[in-house]
Amino acid sequence: MLDINTKKLIKNAYRVTKDRGFTALRVRVPGGSLDVRYFDIIKRIAEEYGSGRVHITTRQGFEIPGIPMVKIAEINEIMAPLLAGMESAIGVEINDLNGGYPAAGTRNVSACIGNSVCPFANFNTTELARKIEKVIYPNDFHVKIAVTGCPNDCIKAHMQDIGVIGMVLPEYDPDRCIGCEACMKNCRKVASGALSMVNYKVKRDHQRCLGCGECILKCPASAWTRGDRYYRLVIMGRTGKKNPRIARTFMEWVGEDAVLKVIANMYAYIDKYIDRTLPKEHVGYIVDRTGLPVFCREVLLDVDTGSMGKVAGFIPFGGYVYERSSY
Amino acid sequence: MGVYIKNNSFDQLLTELSRDYIITAPVKLPGKGAFSDTPLVTYREIRGAGEIEFNEKSRFSPKEIIYPITQTLFYFTENEYSRPAVPDQGIIIFCRACDVHAFRRLDEIFLRNGGCEDIYFAELRKKVKFFVMECRESFENCFCVSMGTNRLEDYDVMLRVSGDAQECDARGDFAGIFTGYGEAVEMIPRFVEENHTKVTVPENIDRQVFKHPLWEEYSSRCIACGHCTVSCPTCTCFTMQDIFYEDNPKCGERRRVWASCMIDGFTSMVGGHGFRNEKGDRMRFKVMHKIYDFRKRFGYNMCVGCGRCDDVCPEYISFANCINRVNTIASGVSAHE
Repeated sequence: MLDINTKKLIKNAYRVTKDRGFTALRVRVPGGSLDVRYFDIIKRIAEEYGSGRVHITTRQGFEIPGIPMVKIAEINEIMAPLLAGMESAIGVEINDLNGGYPAAGTRNVSACIGNSVCPFANFNTTELARKIEKVIYPNDFHVKIAVTGCPNDCIKAHMQDIGVIGMVLPEYDPDRCIGCEACMKNCRKVASGALSMVNYKVKRDHQRCLGCGECILKCPASAWTRGDRYYRLVIMGRTGKKNPRIARTFMEWVGEDAVLKVIANMYAYIDKYIDRTLPKEHVGYIVDRTGLPVFCREVLLDVDTGSMGKVAGFIPFGGYVYERSSY
Repeated sequence: MGVYIKNNSFDQLLTELSRDYIITAPVKLPGKGAFSDTPLVTYREIRGAGEIEFNEKSRFSPKEIIYPITQTLFYFTENEYSRPAVPDQGIIIFCRACDVHAFRRLDEIFLRNGGCEDIYFAELRKKVKFFVMECRESFENCFCVSMGTNRLEDYDVMLRVSGDAQECDARGDFAGIFTGYGEAVEMIPRFVEENHTKVTVPENIDRQVFKHPLWEEYSSRCIACGHCTVSCPTCTCFTMQDIFYEDNPKCGERRRVWASCMIDGFTSMVGGHGFRNEKGDRMRFKVMHKIYDFRKRFGYNMCVGCGRCDDVCPEYISFANCINRVNTIASGVSAHE
């Protein structure tokens, strides 16, 4: 006789599967960077309680299937070091380390490999992902956030509710420029064509510049060097049955504090406007109902966008719906 | 004249010297490397001894101090022209033994090549005093011993970091100045006597080497980015640019700006012709210039073995290894990897 509270089970990061009596545990890996010693715990749970396999999730976590629901309490105790090392250690408040994950609605904050490895990355994506995790977790609201080091967007930040994209303000010393045009040609081919040659030196069109840093990487003379670091926030991208769409730019050339504050404010916005008659409502659909101006008013509260920061006044979200009459 | 100078006294010494000299040295600029959160070690005018980077090789050579990347030769208006001002002070350059040897190569090209002295180079060159930082051990990719540039006779001051002090061998006018800031010690310069990287420069290179398939490999590997030549302490090529100011094209200036034989357009001619369109041809031209052509005219090799080209190549092409491959071919054996 199984008597399981599925609402609690789901919030504990387990799920109801197609095999009656069996569940799957989703392990979070904030920022996508995992100390290999945690493999031992994941392996033990999978071997001793599950099917001996894990599924690597699209959000950079591990899903351990084939676990008997009756074993949840036991497994939660085994996985305490995961919570301590990957959540408590980065400042996430977990009251009961032996009780498993305290929430599952807010998904793992994923990140591209960032500047610990990638030459293109404009910052350490894992570190920012962990800071965001600290701001938003634990929380039951269904929100997906990802962090990517440059506009190549390898983590697919454009498929998230909030996508954070690293930018750098390129600084140019014309005296160091040899006029090789490597930056200009490359910008035109792989980025946005923001550079042009005037009197053998380079002019940068800030309106076109993505802040990707390609010009800096190409420059043989360090005429282009790294200035201040900024971020672009793309919002309300989503998959899903109703109206899948790619995220659009909400802010750009803003600092880390602004990014974290907007994200924190978004949770207050969700709390205020979510349709509680539904089992859950994704933030993107809340924005569809309230309109962008209400979203802006709420998330920009006490946000310092800085002297460089720009905020979108209007966003044509687009996407598509399967049947127009149902929208 | 050997002098032992504590770091705080050394700082005061530099303050005194800065009255008469522009002091330049390699400095480490945090966050200024091409990759994010990495430093750039490059030359800057310094205000204090604490800014000097003693432990790392600079990405760029000190040649840019007296042979600027962009140098205005004169300004012009409709009927007149005038030359930019030249600083009154002398110029102190903190550098390595190989860098001083590299300046000797620049001297050949700018002062003694073609029977005509380059006045722009000459007027800055004669201001230079070399403060040479002793290399305790070889940096990565250095092959100065193979090129005979590890040892140095001509310097103004030789410096050895010794705990929280500098052991100096100061010569000429500097001997007296330095003595006032420390105590006399015996300081005999020590030089790197072995590098991990070793090259053998062939004495004679048959013209057959020009046509060797070796160079074709570089055509596929090299991306013509120019990093190697811009970081090279001995490259001297420049191009001329006449600028007409945007808001008043009746005025302008003539500049000379570094150019690179590795970059597209270097050999471009009227009609769209180019001598070395293949990157392998450019590599061959550069290598031959550094280890053969220059030697034919001046009697010694141009390359000083600082290894900066190997440090900076984004495609991991090793100039040092190329020299050895050429040597193998020149010795009559087929090229190896």
